[in-house]
Amino acid sequence: MEHYDQAAYRQVDDDQYEPLLAEKDETTTEVESPLPDELTRDELELPSLAEPELARHYVRLSQQNYGVDSGPYPLGSCTMKYNPRFTEDVAALNAASVHPDRSAESVQGTLELQHDLQDYLGRIGGMDAVTLQPPAGAAGEFAGILLADAYHEANDEGHRDEVLIPDSAHGTNFASAALGGYDVVELPSGDDGRVDLDALDAALGENTAALMLTNPNTLGLFERDIERIADMVHDAGGLLYYDGANLNALLGRARPGDMGFDIMHFNVHKTFATPHGGGGPGAGPVGVTEALAEFLPEPHVRQTETEKYERYTPEHSVGKVHGFSGNWLVLVKAFAYIDRLGDDGLSDASAKAVLNANYLAEQVDYNVPLGPFHHEFVASAGDQDAADVAKRMLDYGVHPPTTKWPELVDEALMTEPTEVETKDNLDDLADAFNAVAADDTETIENAPNRTTARRIDQTSAARNPRLSWYDLD
Amino acid sequence: MSGRGSGSPYAPHTDAETEAMLDAVGVDDVEALFDIPDSVHFDDKFGIDAKSEQEAVVETKKRLRRNDDLTEFLGRGHYEHYVPSLVDHLAQRSEFLTSYTQYQPEVTQGFLQALFEYQSMLVEITGLGVANCSMYDEATALAEAALLAKRVRAADGDRVLVPDYVRDGHVSVLENYTNGAEVVVERYGTDAGNVDVDALADAIDDDVVMVYAENPTTTGAVEEHLNEIGDLVDDHDALFCLGSDPVALSLLQRPVDVGADVVVGDASVLGLPTSYGMGLGVFACREDFLRQVPGRLVGASEDADDNRAYTLTLQTREQHIRKERATSNICTNQAWVALRAAIHAASLGSEGLVNLAERMVELPRDLAADLDDITGVRAPVHDRHHFREFLAHTDQPAPAIASDLEAEGFAVHAVGDHRLQVCVTDANEHAADRLVAAVEEVTH
Ligand SMILES: Cc1ncc(COP(=O)(O)O)c(C=O)c1O
Repeated sequence: MEHYDQAAYRQVDDDQYEPLLAEKDETTTEVESPLPDELTRDELELPSLAEPELARHYVRLSQQNYGVDSGPYPLGSCTMKYNPRFTEDVAALNAASVHPDRSAESVQGTLELQHDLQDYLGRIGGMDAVTLQPPAGAAGEFAGILLADAYHEANDEGHRDEVLIPDSAHGTNFASAALGGYDVVELPSGDDGRVDLDALDAALGENTAALMLTNPNTLGLFERDIERIADMVHDAGGLLYYDGANLNALLGRARPGDMGFDIMHFNVHKTFATPHGGGGPGAGPVGVTEALAEFLPEPHVRQTETEKYERYTPEHSVGKVHGFSGNWLVLVKAFAYIDRLGDDGLSDASAKAVLNANYLAEQVDYNVPLGPFHHEFVASAGDQDAADVAKRMLDYGVHPPTTKWPELVDEALMTEPTEVETKDNLDDLADAFNAVAADDTETIENAPNRTTARRIDQTSAARNPRLSWYDLD
Repeated sequence: MSGRGSGSPYAPHTDAETEAMLDAVGVDDVEALFDIPDSVHFDDKFGIDAKSEQEAVVETKKRLRRNDDLTEFLGRGHYEHYVPSLVDHLAQRSEFLTSYTQYQPEVTQGFLQALFEYQSMLVEITGLGVANCSMYDEATALAEAALLAKRVRAADGDRVLVPDYVRDGHVSVLENYTNGAEVVVERYGTDAGNVDVDALADAIDDDVVMVYAENPTTTGAVEEHLNEIGDLVDDHDALFCLGSDPVALSLLQRPVDVGADVVVGDASVLGLPTSYGMGLGVFACREDFLRQVPGRLVGASEDADDNRAYTLTLQTREQHIRKERATSNICTNQAWVALRAAIHAASLGSEGLVNLAERMVELPRDLAADLDDITGVRAPVHDRHHFREFLAHTDQPAPAIASDLEAEGFAVHAVGDHRLQVCVTDANEHAADRLVAAVEEVTH
């Protein structure tokens, strides 16, 4: 084993290494309990490490991990921007750490912060009311589907059972609509990568519950016909849903509410810089127009006439989408971020995000079809396999873009540098793209070579699933 | 952080760089890059003033400080144990905190290994073959379990049975998630804080796809009928879903031994302080359901040099590949909370976890006995063993007592006209005597 690392692995045989935490044999604890035997387990076999070893284990693991603080992370659609660390400190305040069943009178601070974040998001999205409960973007989509469902039911339009989604949309849109029991109608995009109005017209009808749209879409293109689209959907009796994953492209320049959207979610872990934490937690607040506010999840928070804050159940609430109030600590961070940046900062974040994407698109040798781009662009790896391109980019010390999606572009390299990269960083990133573009097939197929692990065998991982210590030989 | 004008403090461009980039792109003004029709262009302001970092900290603090500083004896699904300092220091490592889903495993081996270890701990704790690397929280994990049950059960069916002690909010989530699959959620009865096995036997039939029960229950009782429930559910070819958490399961009956097919729960009892209900959804199940598991799975593999390596696997179950036929819509999950829980668990080890769990049986026993000595209070209400929490009967109206206690600096649940629920762990046991004195005072 070339990269043998004492803190993270132990040698069990001449050529066999196991993760250190898998060393579990000597730490079996027999259960001797204050309960009768029949109510307890016999033993528990978990690894245990003294604190110094534990610190080294996880520090070593962290050193085998790439984050935004390690270098450029232009992972398209994910908005991997810098996470300001002061927001960690405010989320760690003792006063943020309260139980969800506390009485409203005793947590006025929490309710005020919830209220003010609802208010900020409403202003940013152009929405009349906002719930903070959904714990991620996909959960926000699902909440949005529930809201649309409740709205149609209330209007005796419960027969509407179709949700329209462009083929360029994110997988969660399809899955969230299906989770709500809706039939998904996939809309083919036009040659320009945008919604094809004829296809939309053909798909709309008396069964249309909603159209889910991302704008700018996942190709980084603004749906210029958005007003026309909104009219068409509304004329057919449907609702227009905004997937907020790409809101970082529009801050201060366009608002979903003004474009005619009825429901939207925010991805606070994208737009509002809360850390992605290796996959989560995020938060996916949902904004709605006045007509849908009565259906929002409970509890909702509002200000009373006496300048206090209270929880209440909206008149026709859909109930709950999370056991409690969502990913609260993430929401605290988002509030602090928005409050710090204000109008000028948010607007500048979008300006620089869009400038960075356009500048980088100019510098890469790969073909970049379509445009004009907002915060991200999708290049084509052409004859190269986009997944190989990504692996080879790792050798140049940068994180690669999202690959092979959206499928509208062959061998897609979906690239979102965000506002946090300097011109020099973008030039280095372009050098990495361009070096790989010039590499031969064998080189890229054998990449990466300079990473902690070399190319990992996905087929054997899936064919012979080993999902815990117990599955290891 | 200064000298860059009024823009984003996290966009590092100097004016000269901005100019050079605009030149390269071929526009004079960045606004020219926005392809937004005038008619929908937003020309107003949000009305949010930019602040310095210090001012922003003060603004957030100012609000949160309005929370009363109460000693909480609250549980009912959201718990606090002391979190060792090391957890925070390690989880805050930038490389962990600022990374995302491991789409490029070759540069994210660290997080993948940590998640693999987390999955492994849950496999050991539950005895079930597979654990995913997180759902949002217990309620959504329960909902995903019901959907899995609906998919994997050979015979059709549409009923899911849950005991009457489950929080209304959790049931609401369950109903919302399963409505689309035309599942009907029904409550079944309990007896003295445990499942009423006869009531369950009456309620169950071959239309039932899943039966849910908890150990400990939402009201803190240790469930004594798990084997009977497991057998009954098995007789009807339904799935038995058990709700618990990793601390409780370090001591209580191992789910696989009582016939549980799925375990859900909240693992944020490890690694996370009280956080207004933020969770870490546990999802573990039998290995034969592997292809139907929701959410992300980390697997072991080898790299090109034949070294052990980790990667996300079986992704064809997931939304980014399977779209509307995915096993779940989840994408962003609770990975960092799972990392925190794994570090906490590893720092306790088997012995620490078992000891902690034993304390969670002793503490409520002692506190209930002390409260029971107060005239007008009877605790625990149910003659069971308890874990962390219990119900107490009060002759006087419980809501009034809870509100009087709040004035004395304590938060407890009032869960009925004459019932309090009290939760005691290592995090608040130091104040247990004071709570008893306060209850004595406000009831006399
Ligand atoms: C376009 C788009 N929509 C929706 C989502 C889902 O959001 P989340 O991962 O927060 O659930 C994503 C994120 O990954 C996305 O890129």
